[in-house]
Amino acid sequence: MYSDPKLLQSIAKVEAAREHNITLDPRRMTAEEKDTLLKTYHPDYRTQEFATLDFGPSAGEKVPLELKALLQGRPRILGKDIDLLSPDYDTDVLIIGGGGAGSSAAIEAHNAGAKVMVVTKLRMGDANTMMAEGGIQAADKPGDSPAQHFLDAYGGGHFAAQKDLLYKLVTEAPEAIRWLSSLGVEFDKAPDGTMITTHGGGTSRKRMHAAKDYSGAEIMRTLRDEVLNLGIPVVDFTAAIELIKDENGRCAGAVLQNMETKELLVCRAKTVILATGGAGRLHYQGFPTSNHYGATADGLVLGYRAGAKLKYPDTLQYHPTGAAFPAQIYGALVTEKVRSVGAMLINAEGEAFMNPLETRDVSAASIIRECSDRNKGVELPGGKSAVWLDTPMIELKHGAGTIEKRIPAMMRMFMKHGIDIRKEPILVYPTLHYQNGGLHITPDCQTDVENLFAAGEVVGGIHGRNRLMGNSLLDIIVFGRNAGWYAAEKAKETEIGGLTLSHVADFEAQAEAAGAAGDTLSPQLLPDYTRKK
Amino acid sequence: MEKMVNVYLFGKKYSVPESLTIMEAMEYSGYQLTRGCGCRNGFCGACATIYRIAGDRDLKACLACSTKVEDNMYVATLPFFPLVKAVYDMEKVKPTEQIMMQLYPEIYACVGCNACTKACTQGLNVMQYIAYAQRGEYEKCAEESFDCVMCGVCSSRCPAGISHPQVAMLARRLNGKYLAPHCDHLDDRIAEINEGKFEKLIEDLMGKPLEEIQELYNHRDIEK
Repeated sequence: MYSDPKLLQSIAKVEAAREHNITLDPRRMTAEEKDTLLKTYHPDYRTQEFATLDFGPSAGEKVPLELKALLQGRPRILGKDIDLLSPDYDTDVLIIGGGGAGSSAAIEAHNAGAKVMVVTKLRMGDANTMMAEGGIQAADKPGDSPAQHFLDAYGGGHFAAQKDLLYKLVTEAPEAIRWLSSLGVEFDKAPDGTMITTHGGGTSRKRMHAAKDYSGAEIMRTLRDEVLNLGIPVVDFTAAIELIKDENGRCAGAVLQNMETKELLVCRAKTVILATGGAGRLHYQGFPTSNHYGATADGLVLGYRAGAKLKYPDTLQYHPTGAAFPAQIYGALVTEKVRSVGAMLINAEGEAFMNPLETRDVSAASIIRECSDRNKGVELPGGKSAVWLDTPMIELKHGAGTIEKRIPAMMRMFMKHGIDIRKEPILVYPTLHYQNGGLHITPDCQTDVENLFAAGEVVGGIHGRNRLMGNSLLDIIVFGRNAGWYAAEKAKETEIGGLTLSHVADFEAQAEAAGAAGDTLSPQLLPDYTRKK
Repeated sequence: MEKMVNVYLFGKKYSVPESLTIMEAMEYSGYQLTRGCGCRNGFCGACATIYRIAGDRDLKACLACSTKVEDNMYVATLPFFPLVKAVYDMEKVKPTEQIMMQLYPEIYACVGCNACTKACTQGLNVMQYIAYAQRGEYEKCAEESFDCVMCGVCSSRCPAGISHPQVAMLARRLNGKYLAPHCDHLDDRIAEINEGKFEKLIEDLMGKPLEEIQELYNHRDIEK
């Protein structure tokens, strides 16, 4: 229920124009129009919000200011007494992170015969995977092909993707869906078994598979259940705060910290997989985020200090439709699937100002333009601005009951705040959603540090400079599994030498030499939302 | 100045703005959360919370991230609840009635009090999905329980000691793996990929000069 008079006035315009708007199919922007739009309005192009790294493996690369402070920050282990000679844990494969990529890696490394251990700073499954709503892409229907999937993702990512990684992503996609099905993930299917698939922004074929709008949650809870069934040890509420190497310069474990007691622990491992996820909780440029509580770029920091290069760390994804009202859910994800099933983006005047299925970066920039220079945003109580996502269109197009069946989570999220999305449109504005860039890897998931692997959102390069909807749930499964296989295989041939943290001292020396020693404790581990008086 | 309300966090009184969620009220009051905070948006079940409004006989349950504070609200979070999770091999279990008897026999001790349903933070009909599980109707159990975030509040209220979210988890996996119709086009595509049908197509595409790929992308046909 909306009560603000300005909002009600604008809703009246949206309602009056609905019958007309629903008949429209706004044309897609040309390549030139998209280019100009992005350069003028996308947050990645606000140069004052970025700085170059002064030292380290990616010195000279441009990164967000908040990330630079952490990458060049003060290691948490400094001044701490750490006994590397008697490790608390000894394992073949150590997996840092308990989301979708970490869980997939754990299952496959275990099945490959390795002794596996997972550490996660919150609970298993407290991860962006759990919050992914819309779906997972795979070119598994006649009329589609992995080549078409490649073209969509490569173009949507501005022709910047690392081709060998993208090749792997699209060709292993159908197998990823089959693997999930075999674990018991419930995909939306027709009675004859045909997958019910839709478009996402920037797809040329309907290849978005879903489990209602709980796609990520359904995948995550199933993977978690499987990890527990396999008896893989999960050390929860324990963060990795530094990687450990052996005397031969290979990654050989991590220093861990109990999040509650602050106790420091040492884990020795033959190989390590970083699956720490993204960075939304760093709130780049002051944006709200759709990310889970622990998304603080820890893996980038750990990898960087150990010598791993970054790929495209300056490119972030702002999901075009973050909830903008009410304040209690500001920044929360409104899945792209809402547009896939028929809702359009409408400005304060009731005009359908763009095709609702442009890629995410273009859609976000277009909404920002509508709310700034074009002055056609809806003014919210408190002064912020937003546009409408006209959800009642969905049932006008597809019949009553569609919303409850296809996007029940969205219906529930708004209903908790008294808004019935079947009858009333909702307000949206871009929210910080995904880290397009991250650690550089080869197709076998190896970073630039020997025996250090990476999978999931912590990796950069798979999606180029913009990711399509449904390609990250896919990415965590495909690369999570591969990381598990390759790390298990590498562990078999690895004899660990004496453990050392000398790379941290070297990093500190480089910082001193560059005159750039930071004082921000890193990795950050959690955001701090306590009230500052 | 925004209107303030009194909330009692674990019995201690704090004054907080009335627009906040319970989770935000804790942070406003100075709590740096570690436990009891996950996705902050109703998907992960980390922030199960029980509360009572002073003078009210009803004990209520909710997720702290998506519930607004009320005046005179007494709050206790339930960041962990010891659910029982049976361990099983997905390749060996089958969607028979017996499997629930073997793995979760306590569901047959349900006394029908409906406390689970009343406590569900997602508003699910929990007792009904347990009834489906008892009868081996896993497809119905899966559908009825689909929105479960596994917060565990239902189990905390159950006199029979049932771990409802874990029962539903098993039912959904059985349904997804064994009962849902098989997808043939997926098998066909995987076979084609394994035969190398697309290798050359993609490699040709990858090998083209940038301008040509851009041309292909910008003029590709989009399925209606």
